[in-house]
Amino acid sequence: MEILLALMTGVLYAAGIYMILRRSLVKLILGLILLGNGVNLLIFLLGGITKGKPPVIPDGPAVLGEVFAAPLPQALILTAIVISFGLQSFAIVLIKRAYKVVKTDDLDEMNTTDENA
Amino acid sequence: MAQRILSIIGSSIALIFSIVLFSLVWQNGTMVIQAGNWEAPYGITMVSDTLSATLVLLTGILGLAISVFAAGSIVNARARFGFFPILHFLFMGLCGSFLAGDIFNLYVWFEIIIISSFVLLTIGGEKAQIEGAVKYFTLNILASVIFLTAIAVLYGITGTLNMADLSLKIAAIEDKTLVNICAMIFFVGFGIKSAVFPLYFWLPASYHTPPHAVAAIFGGLLTKVGVYAMIRVFTLIFTLDPFLENVLMGVAMLTLFSGAVGALVQRNLQKIFSYLIICHIGFMVAGLGMGSTLALTGAIFYMIHDIVVKANLFMVGGLLYRINGTSNIKRMGEMYARYPLLSLLMTVPLFSLVGIPPLSGFWPKLSLIMGGLETGNYVLIGFILFGSFMTLLIIAKVWAEVFWKKKEVTNPPANFRFFEAHTQREKILILIPIIFLSILSLGIGFGAGPIQALSERISGELSDVSTYITIVLGEKSN
Repeated sequence: MEILLALMTGVLYAAGIYMILRRSLVKLILGLILLGNGVNLLIFLLGGITKGKPPVIPDGPAVLGEVFAAPLPQALILTAIVISFGLQSFAIVLIKRAYKVVKTDDLDEMNTTDENA
Repeated sequence: MAQRILSIIGSSIALIFSIVLFSLVWQNGTMVIQAGNWEAPYGITMVSDTLSATLVLLTGILGLAISVFAAGSIVNARARFGFFPILHFLFMGLCGSFLAGDIFNLYVWFEIIIISSFVLLTIGGEKAQIEGAVKYFTLNILASVIFLTAIAVLYGITGTLNMADLSLKIAAIEDKTLVNICAMIFFVGFGIKSAVFPLYFWLPASYHTPPHAVAAIFGGLLTKVGVYAMIRVFTLIFTLDPFLENVLMGVAMLTLFSGAVGALVQRNLQKIFSYLIICHIGFMVAGLGMGSTLALTGAIFYMIHDIVVKANLFMVGGLLYRINGTSNIKRMGEMYARYPLLSLLMTVPLFSLVGIPPLSGFWPKLSLIMGGLETGNYVLIGFILFGSFMTLLIIAKVWAEVFWKKKEVTNPPANFRFFEAHTQREKILILIPIIFLSILSLGIGFGAGPIQALSERISGELSDVSTYITIVLGEKSN
């Protein structure tokens, strides 16, 4: 399972960076989304994976006795997902607006702010 | 109208609270609050040591100045789309990130800062703004992803997120390979945010596009958050080994060089100031990289001076734009003949930036150079002097072009409102913050003794992290 997740994280990072390096605005946003998902998986993976041991205390004992799945990475991922959802929805509105105003989705043509005037 | 008044009242209250926080921390030392009474390292911790309290105080001062400036200069169309609430969200994010004592919490505050800055940058929807925003947006999200990656790796190594706890756990690790890789990922993430070489390209592409009130808060505080995070992480969590020091110093040299050279060829006043931000980030990174307490004192002092002066410069840039109808320095002119008193006022931020003694930019550079001599980094001293000299050259050029030269005919956009056409109230609202911040930077220059003492106390606290750790974790750490 760890190996699968590690491979998956690598693929997501690689694909995300590749997409960011493309010239299209839409691919740029897709790249950022892929990277965001990659980092979420990375937190999940590095937080340590424990199968089928929820951190729920049964009736009787006051503390967890045996090895259990850490709940913290999941809380972190949840936060990161919510944040990246907000950012991505902003990004999608922004590229729509950029396409309307600049009338291109080619990043190489968005260089009027770099002109020296 | 109500929004503007509320915004000024809100910023005044924030300023009062930040003064109270600062004086409490100054008297009692580092203060800490554990959210929901969950003890560190399990809960979310907010820590205010002298560095945090100072930066929160500066945010309070700048927040008030910018609220007043925005009240006089922001058009109603922008205010209707929620300019002022978002501005205050940005201030909240800034204060939060200075006070966070938990690395993931710091990430969340960073996200609050960037989402508010995106909205502030794009509100108005002009072509240049949208184009600038695409670049700003992409690189800042990328920086967040890299920062989060670093947090994931750090959590994987140590299993904790509390910065004080991390400091202890990282120090206990024998094999530093993964720790150093993690430190480099943090450096790249914060490097994009603080615009160091070679990660600064989003800054000059976007900082001249939003309204000047927004550019002032961006120029004054946003890049400094990146520097703050860098200082915090590289003093508290990671200890600087020779490799990291060399990386930081090398990056500082190239930042000083490329920022200065970039500013030299620009003709747009806001872009000149943007490149000067990059150049001067180099001073702070250099001070951190030398790894001596004296140089760190210089970096902290420089940060205090730079926050006040850069915000003021962008407001001055806005005023010059309103007076001349253009931001192109080739077309401006005759400011000194037309507005002698105003020109005198504008000399304060311009020449404080250069650091002509006894103005405020001089004293931190003295500490930086003495720190460099102490640690024997003569090449870095050369670059620091080069950066200062180029700043002088650029400001002299701006002065000659804008204040002395004959004015050229400008063709401002349709229904452009010149400064003369503003109402008396708007003029006062625009001028008050500039006067206030100019007096403040004169105060920093002439009263350098207390600021130097403050910087020394901060760098002392940063160099000896044991007090911070004991206060955050309680007696358990012993």
